[in-house]
Amino acid sequence: MEPFIYRRATDASQALALAAAPGAIFIAGGTELLNWLKEGIVRPGTLVDINGLQDLETIDTAPGRLRIGALARMSEVAAHPAVRRDYPAVAEALVRSASQQLRNMASMGGNLLQRTRCPYFRADAPVPCNKRAPGSGCAALRGADRHAAIFGWSDACVATHPSDVAVAFAALDAVVHVQGPQGAREVPFGDFYRLPGDRPQDDTTLRPGELIVAIEVPASAVAARSRYIKVRERASYEFALVSAAVGIDLDGATIRNARIALGGVAPKPWRLRVAERALAGRPFTVAAVRAALESGAFSEARPRRANGFKVDLAKRAVVRAAVGLGAGA
Amino acid sequence: MRIGSELSRKDGRLKVTGSATYTADTQVPGLHYAVFATSAVASATIEALDTSGAERAPGVVYVMTHHNAPRLRPPAPGFGSMTFLPLQSDQIRYEGQPIALIVADSLERAMHAASLVRPSYAVRPAQMSMLERFGPDADAAVFDTLETVTQGYDEPDTRTGDPDAALGSAPVSLSRRYTMGFRHHNPMEPSATIASWDGDRLTLYDTTQHVWGVRSVVAEALGLAADDVRVVSLFLGGGFGCKGFVWPHEILTALAAREARRPVKLVLTRSQMYAACGYQSATVHDVALGASRDGRLVAVAHDVVYANAVPEAFPEYAAAGTRTVYACPAIATRHRVVKLNTIQPTAMRAPNEGMGNFALESAMDELAYELGMDPLELRLRNYAERDPTTGKPYSSKKLREAYHLGAERFGWSRRAPHPRAVRDGNDLVGYGMATALMTTYRFPSAARVRMRADGSVVVESGTQEIGTGVRTIMPQIAADRLGIDPQHVEIVLGDTTLPEAGGTFGSSSTMGVGSAVADAATKLRLAILRTAIADKASPLYEARLEDLEVHPDGAVTPRGSPTRRDAYAAVVARSGREAIEAEGSWAPGGDVLGTGDYAMYTFGAVFVDVRVEADFGITRVARCVGAYSAGRIINPKTARSQMTGGMIWGIGQALLEQSETDAELGRFVSKNLAGYLVPANADVGALEAYFVDEVDPHASPLGAKGIGELGATGVAAAIANAVYHATGVRVRDLPIRPELLLG
Ligand SMILES: Cc1cc2nc3c(=O)[nH]c(=O)nc-3n(C[C@H](O)[C@H](O)[C@H](O)COP(=O)(O)OP(=O)(O)OC[C@H]3O[C@@H](n4cnc5c(N)ncnc54)[C@H](O)[C@@H]3O)c2cc1C
Repeated sequence: MEPFIYRRATDASQALALAAAPGAIFIAGGTELLNWLKEGIVRPGTLVDINGLQDLETIDTAPGRLRIGALARMSEVAAHPAVRRDYPAVAEALVRSASQQLRNMASMGGNLLQRTRCPYFRADAPVPCNKRAPGSGCAALRGADRHAAIFGWSDACVATHPSDVAVAFAALDAVVHVQGPQGAREVPFGDFYRLPGDRPQDDTTLRPGELIVAIEVPASAVAARSRYIKVRERASYEFALVSAAVGIDLDGATIRNARIALGGVAPKPWRLRVAERALAGRPFTVAAVRAALESGAFSEARPRRANGFKVDLAKRAVVRAAVGLGAGA
Repeated sequence: MRIGSELSRKDGRLKVTGSATYTADTQVPGLHYAVFATSAVASATIEALDTSGAERAPGVVYVMTHHNAPRLRPPAPGFGSMTFLPLQSDQIRYEGQPIALIVADSLERAMHAASLVRPSYAVRPAQMSMLERFGPDADAAVFDTLETVTQGYDEPDTRTGDPDAALGSAPVSLSRRYTMGFRHHNPMEPSATIASWDGDRLTLYDTTQHVWGVRSVVAEALGLAADDVRVVSLFLGGGFGCKGFVWPHEILTALAAREARRPVKLVLTRSQMYAACGYQSATVHDVALGASRDGRLVAVAHDVVYANAVPEAFPEYAAAGTRTVYACPAIATRHRVVKLNTIQPTAMRAPNEGMGNFALESAMDELAYELGMDPLELRLRNYAERDPTTGKPYSSKKLREAYHLGAERFGWSRRAPHPRAVRDGNDLVGYGMATALMTTYRFPSAARVRMRADGSVVVESGTQEIGTGVRTIMPQIAADRLGIDPQHVEIVLGDTTLPEAGGTFGSSSTMGVGSAVADAATKLRLAILRTAIADKASPLYEARLEDLEVHPDGAVTPRGSPTRRDAYAAVVARSGREAIEAEGSWAPGGDVLGTGDYAMYTFGAVFVDVRVEADFGITRVARCVGAYSAGRIINPKTARSQMTGGMIWGIGQALLEQSETDAELGRFVSKNLAGYLVPANADVGALEAYFVDEVDPHASPLGAKGIGELGATGVAAAIANAVYHATGVRVRDLPIRPELLLG
């Protein structure tokens, strides 16, 4: 552990100013950050505590959208009646995340910025990991890769992103609101995370010093009829082996619009746009969903030695979600 | 509240309110903090070690490396410690090996300084692969090239009859390979040691399952007389075996405190726990069974490959149980060792029998399907009335009753004969069973029981409390022998200033310590009553000893004369002494196993109901029923919690637990509880444990045997067998992973 300076901000502009210090990093719930400090994954010069930014705590369910402040706690969002009613995939993803104690502490903004659970990234000792020490190599390429990505990985990094709720946000076309030294901007969820390429150390497109203020999810028929399925070996308190967020907008028994995102398979929530397109206009049946999943949706999948099963498992998770949403036989 | 009654845990409140003093909670004035810097490579020579940054770091008072550490006398090869000690040479033999020990005035400063140690190594290739070499498809011939480890207490290889010939001519035979991954103990409480010197005398507050073992190994290593070392261990937050042996960190903390001239506390981090206090080796089992068409075994062969650390010799006789479970004229077992660059593997809850049980009981299940026979019927048909390998009678065995009791409570008769026959929604439902079996380990122990003038009783014994209930059942045993209510009885334990007891491992405490306590309490009762009848001031003066009767509140009367009353407390008070006390002891005869003319085991039958999520291949245990034949049960309540804890242990072994290794980096891949999965409450279905009525007159004077590890056996095999019944897929490699079941 390295000594660091601790500063507490009371509003966004003060937080941004403090974040300009060299090696500064925000701390919200601290449920991720403290692990990183202990393992030496980050060595910040200054911790900027943003828990005093009360504006960032609100959950606003005005008609037309859900706006979740970055400091809203996962447990509050999960229990919110309007979230459960109009955005069920979001609520389901949250209650299946971490543990109640962690959810009480963990913020929504921090959740999006949690980092991979790849055991090499999380190692107690320096082992080759380009995400952690750029240029050091990727031990998972040769080593334990059962949990690795099947989509979107590069020769520099095969890690997956672990957030559950991010998968639901990706499916429901959420937008991330940020404020930075250069002002405020909105980042569509599809552009928020980046693929590793040769820069796996950068998980997102956030710029230095930028603060997440809120996540906004547009209200829609897809959101209202959405589900989150999480497949994991331990029955609770465990990250997904694979997961699927599925939303369906129906016109009678016909699919008007479908949204499918997968978790546990890629460095970011993985939208299955090919399958979504294949489903539009089709009857909402298990057979149609299966056919859509076989229509090239997985052609980009590049399984590794020990994780080929994720292709099959992911398809099954999507089908299960569709059945839960009332897909016909 | 005599022996056999359901006394609740006497230390329950202390523990749940956080007021029990665990080792790291111990307050010692002037305490400093030790932190290890460890090696990131597994096999190397240290070429240079730059500690200048650490030495200059704020708060640092001492830095110990192989350059300046005084030379220790390495522990002799044997059972309870490692012969190789870090910080004694430039040799690195395992990843995570300490290369420097920093002592500073705060934990954070010591951690920071440790991060500034800069080693450089001449790295050699490390050996870390095991299952890869010996996994399902490996060449069986490799076996014969491997070494054996022989330890005094048992043979690595046994052979009765001619299994090869019998297998060749058996009407039905099968030969299968089973594997189990590396596992770590992961007790909730990480290991901690506080060392405090007073001149040449050392006190160690230590997380150990055996204060006496620590005392002798540390004294030996530091060249001290054993009497100059005091070891204290009041409460343990679990051990499961990883605190049973004496590890380098315990010795090095004592050394550092001496060199730094201040009391020093070392607490291992969670990740250090994966390379500092053992692990359970992965194992490869080749099992061959031959049987007649009506299911009588004619041949059993069980070969095991397991791992040892490069310089060490630890016996993990995983096929030991196979020597005794079933009646069979031809049984062969063999054990061979692969040397790895790791910390020494060690015993983990249900070692030996507990591991091989998965392989043998899986093979028996396979044989039952091959024969078209109910798996329970196959076990009954091969019931052993005598130990088939030694020919000795069992000291006691009511396994047949346990099979029937378990089957009845479980509802085994409802089982569908064929696999993949029952579905419940998205779940495939399966039933499986297995025999549970564990050796009876017993160790000599002593105890003292003191009756004070206020009527309170103290039991004193240098045993340890690892969560099993020792603080409850020892007072219960003493109260039983004294004839009083256990609420008056407390225990003082975990200190080498007390009478010496065996280690809290091998499920041995009830027999060893319990028998010693019973002996002491019996003698104390006699001593007090004798004092009373010799005392003119006592209403019992000159009463006959045989007539006296003790009441739960400690009153003593002649039988039938309730008004002629004295009391234990009054006798002590009149004696003018602070307390009247008696010492007791017990030792098994003979060698370490000391079973003499008897084969001594505990037995059980485990039945499980699993649900395999058909689409995802995820297995959950809906129900587990165990019925056990395990001698007299001292306290059914704490005993049941031992058994259900063992079942949960088995669920982890079957479905979740594995420490993956990275052969290239020479390390265990995940060293934390996010990467190493143990069951959460949601993974545990309904658990039921039953005991058949039994007294073992040979195992201990109490008629009791050990139970703590028995509950962890049988479960993994029963689950794997139930998974087959549910899905039709036979999984021979633990843990059972969903990708194997995505049919
Ligand atoms: C044991 C364990 C199990 C878990 N299981 C799951 C699970 O199953 N599913 C799941 O989805 N998650 C899981 N998590 C992750 C958990 O959800 C995150 O740790 C939590 O959401 C992080 O939020 P926080 O407020 O504590 O973030 P912090 O730890 O405070 O910060 C995390 C990161 O986010 C940055 N940050 C925080 N807020 C902002 C902001 N407003 N703007 C910019 N940067 C910010 C910090 O600088 C830091 O880099 C688990 C975590 C643990 C420890």
